Amino acid sequence: MTVVSTEKDTEALTLTFVAEFDASVDRVWQVWKDPRQLERWWGPPTWPATFEEHDFEVGGRSAYFMTGPEGERVRGWWEITAIDAPTRFEFDDGFADDDGAPDTTMDPTHSVVTLDRVDSQTRMTLVTTFTSADQLEQMIQLGMEEGLRLSVGQIDGILANVAA
Amino acid sequence: MVVNETREVEIDRLFQALADSTRRDIVTRVITREQSVSDLARQYAMSFAAVQKHVAVLERAMLITKERRGREQIVHGDPSMLRTAARLLEEYEEIWRARAQRIDQILAED
Repeated sequence: MTVVSTEKDTEALTLTFVAEFDASVDRVWQVWKDPRQLERWWGPPTWPATFEEHDFEVGGRSAYFMTGPEGERVRGWWEITAIDAPTRFEFDDGFADDDGAPDTTMDPTHSVVTLDRVDSQTRMTLVTTFTSADQLEQMIQLGMEEGLRLSVGQIDGILANVAA
Repeated sequence: MVVNETREVEIDRLFQALADSTRRDIVTRVITREQSVSDLARQYAMSFAAVQKHVAVLERAMLITKERRGREQIVHGDPSMLRTAARLLEEYEEIWRARAQRIDQILAED
């Protein structure tokens, strides 16, 4: 995998993230569509995600929770707002309360994911738009564990796969 | 977490200020070149008072500073708060770098 580019538009509060994977477009689509694959990468190892619902069609909703080191849970939801399988979809992603109801005090983020064939690779472009600082901060808080994680276990795992 | 509680209020103001397209446009203009509130008001199809209100929101968010020069109020852009927004986005980018690495691991198992 190569991270091709990232672009931050500070004024419009968008992040564009582009990565290329050594797999077909259909295969990369599956890591989003299949909840069992999605939950293996959505949350960091210290906060793994469990998708209880994942309805991957326009208007479909997902319900998931992430479990922290102390067993604490943070709930989130998605709503798919557009799909053009297997190359493009859009979704809203927000936090939820303990019963899984969307937290209306925070705006969801909106993301557009596109997959394109580039040479023998699949290019994934993700554009996320933020509307609220609270929400961005919470997402960052959840993601902070990842810095540590990157330094140890996962890198070993990646190298092991390369060797195999 | 890098952002402490005092900072949170500032960041809230920052994001609220940037959530409006007219205000983003004002920031873009005054960062390149200082302008008076009346100059700015002439460039938008809205009342002077409305533009003044937008300028006040931007000032509270510390994205701009205002200075009285004679009868004019001159608006300058302050890039430091924009850098804060950039830093937050950078932290979020790290989350996606890690996710992409995990996707890669899953694909490597095929």
